[in-house]
Amino acid sequence: MFPSAFDYVRAGSVAEAISILDGSEDAKLIAGGHSLLPLMKLRLAAPSTLVDIGRLSELSFIEDRGDHVAIGALTRHRDLETSAVLKQSVPILAHVAGEVGDPAVRHRGTIGGSIAHGDGASDLPAAVLALDATMVVRSASGERTVPAASFFKGFLETDLGQGEVLTEIRVPKVSGGWAYQKFNRRAQDWAIVGVAVVRNGSTRISLVNMGSTPLRASASENAINQGASIEEAARLASEGIDPPSDLNASADYRRHLASVLVRRALQEASA
Amino acid sequence: MQVTMTVNGKTVSRDVEPRTLLVHFLRDHVGLTGTNVGCDTSSCGACTVHVNGEAVKSCTMLAVQADGQEITTIEGLASAEGELHPMQKAFQENHGLQCGFCTPGMVMAATSFLKENPHPTEAEVRLGLEGNLCRCTGYHNIVKSVLAAAAAAGE
Repeated sequence: MFPSAFDYVRAGSVAEAISILDGSEDAKLIAGGHSLLPLMKLRLAAPSTLVDIGRLSELSFIEDRGDHVAIGALTRHRDLETSAVLKQSVPILAHVAGEVGDPAVRHRGTIGGSIAHGDGASDLPAAVLALDATMVVRSASGERTVPAASFFKGFLETDLGQGEVLTEIRVPKVSGGWAYQKFNRRAQDWAIVGVAVVRNGSTRISLVNMGSTPLRASASENAINQGASIEEAARLASEGIDPPSDLNASADYRRHLASVLVRRALQEASA
Repeated sequence: MQVTMTVNGKTVSRDVEPRTLLVHFLRDHVGLTGTNVGCDTSSCGACTVHVNGEAVKSCTMLAVQADGQEITTIEGLASAEGELHPMQKAFQENHGLQCGFCTPGMVMAATSFLKENPHPTEAEVRLGLEGNLCRCTGYHNIVKSVLAAAAAAGE
């Protein structure tokens, strides 16, 4: 399998990447390529131009900025997984990055790529949702920030416009407990269902593969934040959520898994 | 598009379509067929090579992305005199293969893994090789081989 033909441009700067995107209807950015190339090989995506930003090393960093950690969009999963700053201040993110794919995938895949791809079945989008992270987006007209809660719009659809580049992810430090529960059948598989819990004052819970985007388990969150028991909150895990059925799991089984995993994650985060 | 990279210590330069995958570049353009195409979906790891010393699935990287980089394939592990790499020796001595199709990828993944974790436990070896599938299910001796290579390097 190989992709449809395309033009390839290696951008020397973010500004150059933006100007190429602006001049094209369907040019796509590529960095590690571990979300985009599989889609292109299946011909589910066929951009006429690929803009390679993979070598813009100024977008690969993990910086302690007081109340939050700033992460460059081109930071690889491997660098997140092994980051002393993250292990200290946002340990859930280092942990979740280490759950993505397998070591070879983590040598190439980037946090920005995973989030811009916006797959509801991916680990990192759900993690940044539970962390209440902020996306920094650059375009020809300047920079804007988007909270994770309004970044993921639909199936592989985010708030990013054609001429915009996700450059940085700002993640609040985590002072309380956290947990990531990923349920799959084989080591490297996607989560059939996953649950991220972050207790930073209040408790936030996000769900992996329970819909076309990463989702907050709002009913469980409200319950636990209003003093309900873990068991009561977990029972509400999929309230208002309509999970998909596929070869791995029926919608009913996903609802069951969500409750079980929310319970386990809350217990782990409270331990 | 002209791409130039170092493959197993030698500079190679070819004119390829941008959509050429690194694995096809290595096999079809450079003639190094030791790297296998298995699933072609970045799941099985048969196509694992090193890019700048780290294991990467070459079915999910474009040759143009590897321009200017250092690539090592299974053909590049043994010394110029033909002496096998310690990991290759360990696979040979511990019969770390059955049909052999996954072996080049396993060896490349395992050598990359030991650089990151030189003294692994058995569980860590299994986790470290989670991206490489052996459809003969010959994992027992593969893990044994990697542990043997780690022990030999520590002696």
